[in-house]
Amino acid sequence: MAEVLLQLDGISKSFPGVKANDEVSFQINSGEIHALLGENGAGKSTLVKMIYGLMQPDSGSMKLGSENFRPSEPSKARQSGIAMVFQHFSLFDALNVAENIALGMENPPRLQDLSEEIETVSKSYGLPLGPRRLVGQLSAGERQRVEIIRCLLQNPKLLIMDEPTSVLTPNEVKTLFETLLRLKGEGKSILYISHKLEEIREICDYATILRNGKKVGSCIPRDTSAKQIGEMMVGKSFSSPSRKTRAFGEELLKVSNLSIRTKDFFGTSLSNINFSVRVGEILGIGGVAGNGQDELLSALSGEDKTSPSTIKIFNQPIGKLAPDERRAIGMRAAPEERLGHAAAPAMTLIENTLITSHSEDVINQLGIIKFDNVKEKTKDIVSEFDVRTATLDNAAASLSGGNLQKFVIGREILQKPRVFVVNQPTWGVDAAAAAFIRQSILNLASNDSAVVVISQDLDELFEICDTFSVLTNGRMSKSHNIRSLSSEDVGLLMGGSDLDRKSHDTA
Amino acid sequence: MIQLEKRRNISKFWTTLTPVIAVFLTMSFGGLMFGLLLGDFSSAFGAIKLIFWDPLFDENFAPYARPQLLVKAGPIILIAIGLSIGFKAGIWNIGAEGQYILGAIFGASIALSLYPQESILIFPAMILAGALGGFIWALIPALLKVYFKTNEILVSLMLVYVAENILASVSQGLLRNPEGMGLPGSRNLKDYPSAHNSEIIPNSGMHWGVLTAFLAVILAYFLFLKHQKGYEIRLAGEAPKAAYFAGINPSKTIIFCMGMSGLLAGMAGLFEVAGPAGQITMSFNSGYGFTAIIVAFLGRLNPLGILLAGLLMALTYIGGEIAQLMLGLPGASIQLLQGMLLFFLLATDIFTNYRFKSRSS
Repeated sequence: MAEVLLQLDGISKSFPGVKANDEVSFQINSGEIHALLGENGAGKSTLVKMIYGLMQPDSGSMKLGSENFRPSEPSKARQSGIAMVFQHFSLFDALNVAENIALGMENPPRLQDLSEEIETVSKSYGLPLGPRRLVGQLSAGERQRVEIIRCLLQNPKLLIMDEPTSVLTPNEVKTLFETLLRLKGEGKSILYISHKLEEIREICDYATILRNGKKVGSCIPRDTSAKQIGEMMVGKSFSSPSRKTRAFGEELLKVSNLSIRTKDFFGTSLSNINFSVRVGEILGIGGVAGNGQDELLSALSGEDKTSPSTIKIFNQPIGKLAPDERRAIGMRAAPEERLGHAAAPAMTLIENTLITSHSEDVINQLGIIKFDNVKEKTKDIVSEFDVRTATLDNAAASLSGGNLQKFVIGREILQKPRVFVVNQPTWGVDAAAAAFIRQSILNLASNDSAVVVISQDLDELFEICDTFSVLTNGRMSKSHNIRSLSSEDVGLLMGGSDLDRKSHDTA
Repeated sequence: MIQLEKRRNISKFWTTLTPVIAVFLTMSFGGLMFGLLLGDFSSAFGAIKLIFWDPLFDENFAPYARPQLLVKAGPIILIAIGLSIGFKAGIWNIGAEGQYILGAIFGASIALSLYPQESILIFPAMILAGALGGFIWALIPALLKVYFKTNEILVSLMLVYVAENILASVSQGLLRNPEGMGLPGSRNLKDYPSAHNSEIIPNSGMHWGVLTAFLAVILAYFLFLKHQKGYEIRLAGEAPKAAYFAGINPSKTIIFCMGMSGLLAGMAGLFEVAGPAGQITMSFNSGYGFTAIIVAFLGRLNPLGILLAGLLMALTYIGGEIAQLMLGLPGASIQLLQGMLLFFLLATDIFTNYRFKSRSS
């Protein structure tokens, strides 16, 4: 019998208007990888924050080993042997790995000694990482390693990981899983938060499922199907997006020899990108964010200008057109960063609708805004895309991430663009909302539009796309029929090789 | 223990209330300061009353002070409205004082070159020239920012000193009154009917510049409430990346905002030189361009707020003069009082952006 490491008993926590956690009880054994599952807003984050000392429960108790446990702040939790890797990294791009790790320590050793320690830990857990490398030049996976090593240096008993694979390539995921299994072998416990069911089935020993703040079930993931677990999370059965087979029409969007030097010090320049998308086609562009995805979106949205004929729609050169001019001829984009780029945080939803509306039914020739019409448009977005908000006058920043994403996507799709480009359409969005967004992208394509989906979620791309290519290091692979690709092919593409040269590369 | 928590929706209630609180805090601490200066705390209340109340309601002071209120508030409001347009977009024109001077010089030059001919067209031509002068002076930092990425705060501020030197030069040279016995300073435009910015209603202080200021308030209110340009300016200030994504050209926004604020400051300068001041002199400018910055913020960059704040600021000028005269308070203490107003406003702003939460430890 494994001994119990952490025992939660009737934990409740309320915020004004919501009960985030309601009488949650479960236990984590030593040497166990324990999954915490639930949709966005199910109360996973709140629960974990209480274990890590960022919040205190209103009622209920926790026991660590045999002792009562109620950390008043994260440093107390760390002293008791609990470490956490957050979904969003808190790292400084301009500092190196060792300096970043030293910054988070209460009594950092000399940088020299720390560097050696980092090297020892990174070797022994199979997480290669040079302590003197600049964080700004690391990939997302490597950045995560910095966070993991930061935790491992404290020699924790329990490691909490929040959505750790959302930014990783398949290979990086593999490395991470090996590390996790090694930690487990040492008798350490891991609390693993995710909504990727296949992963959980692969590596977790036990799963606790939350819905609306309550524990609704638990299971041994290996013995339960992904569909069953998914239904426990959502509380109802939900269907994955359905697609009809579509015949592709004429070429709508054509990009030739697109090269852009990035203006951002830590950005990626695009070199010689060529692709085209036909009527009815959804092109998926895979690859880890930071490999030129933002730059590609800016070039397509019109925020970055190119020579006119580099980008053509309907065979009409548009490389020099501004974003609003591109919208006028039917090309729309939705960037990854919701707050600050796709939407203005402090402005109301109505005002945010206006960001990408320029037509005469909203603004007359004298430049006067017809707010009644804008309000109607906003109402349509909110109702058709099920955006949960108290009023249309709420600030964009007051919406949850998933709701704001539905708003941003809905705002563009309801304008029925002929060409639609979207970057990370479902990042941080719960399963039901993600399914909805994917379905609306599919519907758009079957209504004679061409769609480009840039995403690092391969499952998503395989679910909705017709053709697939990968953007790595600013270069884009040829696009391939997605049904003809094996997982090895995808791995090769992700690694930056093109399939035509497969024989050459493996030789 | 008390904790601060950032608000997701900015509180409208506190946005409106904090300026009022700031005014009361200024009165309290200003009174304290005057008490210390006079060595007599019993007269502190009297000093505050002398500044904030007597100019409007004391029968000895009001007949003179009430018209003065509009005379002083007019240019401040006109300039502040212009500045608020840029401030909303995150474009910081600090050099309205210089644009005000150039507007006065340009406008006065038209009149002085045509003297003594009379025509109904002279005054409108002066207004256009004044607007042009301020516009050009503001365009310098705008274009430098667009083409060379210079900082508009520094450039516009430094151009104030250039403008002051031009002012000194023309009052002793180009624009000097040929019949002025060699003294610096131009002819007095009050003695030149076609060029004089006279009162529209006698003894009210209401001259053409004040009317223009009120008009500017109404137009700016409409601009931000209903017009695409106003929306674009706000979007550029709130989220520059989103504005760029919307298709708003940042260079055009910079030129529009700087140009508009320069234009209004230039007009304010012209109305002043053709009216209350009467002539170009070395000491023509009196800091309205800088005071307007405080007024723009005190008014929350809201046109109606600026109207009220401009009137309040004018009151402290007039009341301050009376207090200097009656109580012998130093002029610097009045400036200190005006500075306090901005200080307390910024300090109380914490209520609009944060909520207080008590935390039991």
